[in-house]
Amino acid sequence: MAETITLEIDARTLSVPAGSTVAAAIARASDNAGVLTRRSVGGAVRGPLCGMGICQECRVTIDGRPHRLACQTLCTPGMVVITARS
Amino acid sequence: MILYFDILIIGAGPAGLSAAAVAAGCGARVGIVDDNPLPGGQIWRQGPAHPPAVPARALLEQLAGHPNVMRLSGTRVVQSLGPGRLLAEDAQQSLMLGYGKLILATGARERFLPFPGWTLPGVTGAGGLQALIKGGTPVRGQRVVMAGSGPLLWAAAASARAAGARIVAIVEQAPAPAVARFARALVHTPAKLTQALRLRLGLWQTPYWRGAYVTAAHGDARLDHVTIRRQGRETLVPCDRLGCAYGLLSNTEVAAALGCRLDLDAANANAPVIAVDAWQASSVADVFAAGECTGVGGMELAAVEGRIAAYAALGQRDEARRSFPARERYRQFAARLHAAFALDPVLRSLARADTLLCRCEDVTFGQAAAHDSWRSAKLHTRCGMGPCQGKVCGSAAGFCLGWQTPGTQAPRPPFAPARIDTLMQGESNS
Repeated sequence: MAETITLEIDARTLSVPAGSTVAAAIARASDNAGVLTRRSVGGAVRGPLCGMGICQECRVTIDGRPHRLACQTLCTPGMVVITARS
Repeated sequence: MILYFDILIIGAGPAGLSAAAVAAGCGARVGIVDDNPLPGGQIWRQGPAHPPAVPARALLEQLAGHPNVMRLSGTRVVQSLGPGRLLAEDAQQSLMLGYGKLILATGARERFLPFPGWTLPGVTGAGGLQALIKGGTPVRGQRVVMAGSGPLLWAAAASARAAGARIVAIVEQAPAPAVARFARALVHTPAKLTQALRLRLGLWQTPYWRGAYVTAAHGDARLDHVTIRRQGRETLVPCDRLGCAYGLLSNTEVAAALGCRLDLDAANANAPVIAVDAWQASSVADVFAAGECTGVGGMELAAVEGRIAAYAALGQRDEARRSFPARERYRQFAARLHAAFALDPVLRSLARADTLLCRCEDVTFGQAAAHDSWRSAKLHTRCGMGPCQGKVCGSAAGFCLGWQTPGTQAPRPPFAPARIDTLMQGESNS
């Protein structure tokens, strides 16, 4: 499992193991449990809840497409991810 | 373009893959749609440090050898287009799917109940945390509390521990005698007994609090500690992550949209399940259902139901009948599971008036509870009208407020947020 993928999250470049989800990459790029994906309509910070495509709390912009689910998207080389942190 | 299959299966977990293996072996043209990027469902979820588990690997290898099987991963069904046709999309395109027989193996999701602090980043479902970890989320050195109900807490804790987390406590709402009774009855299902012993031994130092539950999660921008109520006393427990969910709920949206009759599962707090007959056939012709979407009962039950559904869909009733005794054995296990981990009514009152109920539209529990029905709450507060479409707060409101459980009626399409170009495809083809 030595293979890694390099991508960009909130203008920060990082490498993750191949097969990682975008949700995992965001957790690596932030301070883990403080992982932030979106802000609620009231402005509160939110991270993933269900981890399996139901809750929609992990939605971020991936390669220019908004509202992609970070928990159900695998990282690909050169992917550009924007969370509510930036 | 329509992709046509003799047998189309929605869901690539134990039920869906088992059904696919049977159908493929019989020469049918088989399609397997799954919204996750890799097959396996939740229990056999793959990830960077998680190759397919042994039973999943065998099924996947079996399927890989069949040219008549097409796997559509990362693909979500968003709408029914009339008999025998569904609209789906993946990250790039929309897809029209046609079928002779349909097998719904849509699985289950976690039941979330609102409590103060449950929207803080770091608070996830228990299985949700397990899924995130398998997807590569690092938890090394983090302190994790697992809370809620049922054996899933143990499986999730084992995954977190294997990834380097420190499991501070496993907090089970069911009382100790009920859990002990369930454990003793595991002798009837040796495979489950072995699993349970392995999990317990791996976490023998972890406190297992029964008759206990999390009343609040605290922190500023991230989780810092939780309050746990145990034998009438409240304890503050520092932690970096909380995995918290109260059992599982069947995914019935697609079935309801197709017109399949749903039952309310009295054993599981009246959660809706897809009604099936002995052949795993739903109330709609040519539509079958197998696994957790027909009632929560675990991997073994799901797999055997998947096989029965596939044989029945192929018209091979004698083959299907051979699996009836195994199904019955695991149905009895499921009944014991629900009896032991029945939810304590006190959990209905965890949310305070200012606790958010609807996470998508930021509607508080108090705002929703001022109404007398789910419909009224939706119309007046926008509760349940955000991107998750009430999948989280609707079930919570059903449990906490005793309202007619949302999800029992056919959902309006799309069943999940979808792209406009996909919906336009559906419009021009329906």
